[in-house]
Amino acid sequence: MHAIREALAAVRRAPLLTGLSAGMVALALYVVGLFGLATYNLHQALTRVEERVEVVAYVRDDVRDEEITMAEQDLLGMEEVEEIRFISKEQALLAAREDLPEFEDLFTGMDVNPLPASLEIVLRPGFRTPDVVARVANRLSVYPFVEDVRYGQEWVDRLYLLQRIGAMATMFLGGAFALVAGLIIGTAIRIAIFARREEIYIMRLVGATNGFIRRPFLLEGGLTGLLGGILAAAFTFASYLVVSRAVFQLDWMPLDWILMGIAAGTVFGVLASAFAVRKYLKEV
Amino acid sequence: MIKLTKVTRDFARRGRALDDVSFELRKAEFVFLTGHSGSGKSTTLRLLHLADRPTSGEVRICGFSSDLTSDREIWKLRRRVGMVFQDFRLLPGRTARENVEFALEVTGASRSEILPRANRLLAQVGLSAKGGALAEELSGGERQRVAVARALVNEPQVLLADEPTGNLDERASRGIMELFRELNASGMAVLMATHDLELIRAYPAIRTLELSEGRLVFDSAASPASTTGGS
Ligand SMILES: Nc1ncnc2c1ncn2[C@@H]1O[C@H](COP(=O)(O)OP(=O)(O)OP(=O)(O)O)[C@@H](O)[C@H]1O
Ligand SMILES: [Mg+2]
Repeated sequence: MHAIREALAAVRRAPLLTGLSAGMVALALYVVGLFGLATYNLHQALTRVEERVEVVAYVRDDVRDEEITMAEQDLLGMEEVEEIRFISKEQALLAAREDLPEFEDLFTGMDVNPLPASLEIVLRPGFRTPDVVARVANRLSVYPFVEDVRYGQEWVDRLYLLQRIGAMATMFLGGAFALVAGLIIGTAIRIAIFARREEIYIMRLVGATNGFIRRPFLLEGGLTGLLGGILAAAFTFASYLVVSRAVFQLDWMPLDWILMGIAAGTVFGVLASAFAVRKYLKEV
Repeated sequence: MIKLTKVTRDFARRGRALDDVSFELRKAEFVFLTGHSGSGKSTTLRLLHLADRPTSGEVRICGFSSDLTSDREIWKLRRRVGMVFQDFRLLPGRTARENVEFALEVTGASRSEILPRANRLLAQVGLSAKGGALAEELSGGERQRVAVARALVNEPQVLLADEPTGNLDERASRGIMELFRELNASGMAVLMATHDLELIRAYPAIRTLELSEGRLVFDSAASPASTTGGS
């Protein structure tokens, strides 16, 4: 097909220019890729911390089993609650001995177990927010057998704030990076098309249709975006490897993110070309 | 074939480039369009291939009207009208043959006929031997022949030439003129803008139109007594 031949011929005729614009596109998308990698890892880290958000209710020693069972059933009826674990006094002591081996002597010397039994309430993802935590804690505190409720109010608040900041940063910084990448890609493609304005002029002069003129440019723009996107993904992966080996272990982004980035680069390349070539199709 | 009716073209800054110009070209006619620099020759030719539109009046060419032909349909007109210019407008870095092939390819010639047709067109303009030479390696006269070959890819009914001999010496100019005469003899109308009065005098049988400050001031077909454009 003419469009494919022309797009390839353009690469052959001006390899430096095509390479340069693909390189510019790759660099622009690389920045976006790095940002994506950072965002993804931040998000992962926050999720891991968030998974530890739970409400703990310490229970009186004289509690009856039926009371616990009833409370468990009641709490499981709340949509915010994912799981409830009952930790008996013995389990609590066992855990304490494991966690604090340096106090082993103290533990063996005791004839009464001073640790209370407790209910650990794990919240569903999406409900690990300060107000839900407070609501569940309030609900727990009304049971007569509950002595004390702990959930690290301050800590949950701070985590929540951090998540909000993360989301905002992703939105604004990500938007800004994408915009800059878009401008760079658009400019690279405009330069590539400017270099071929004479050809466009001749095509118009001898009677090529606009669609026919446009097609190879759209293809070239798409190819530039695709190539740039693949290169950017490779650069980002290389950076991930380097950081993981030399600094700290990162998580690699899910495949959908990569594919979406490359697809976005390709689509943008096509659109930018369509926009840039429009100007020349209006002349003469 | 070509008909201008009360054509005026105003430019925002430079004012009136064409002022109430009307003339007609019959099928297979050869006409010189002359006049001083700035008299409106190029403007007239640009209006004729719809690179520009009249401010008022109507341009008709090969059945296309400046009033009715949209920008999207211009390509249809361009396939009926060949264009050549003083500065040749060949694509650099390509051979003479590739320049012709490019025009064939972009107007939808089939893959198998592109090469034989390009060779035939180069032969028609007397450039068979130079097909493999890069555009920038050719002389001015040879470049203009390549441009003519390119203008012929669609077998146009009209050839519009804007000072095609402006960059050529006398011998090369005569060569191009003879080529145009041959094309004209085979039935193609030719409208050639030139301010080369000697060239015009050398072809007294060719009808001459003269523009002055955007107005049509002389038509040898209307007053056959005079042999050259007034000035
Ligand atoms: N695009 C434009 N914008 C503004 N003014 C223009 C434009 N094109 C032409 N003109 C003006 O229109 C007038 C006629 O110009 P035109 O190019 O038609 O003259 P010409 O007869 O071809 O001259 P030459 O012999 O120097 O080529 C001139 O005054 C010129 O400045
Ligand atoms: Mg001119």
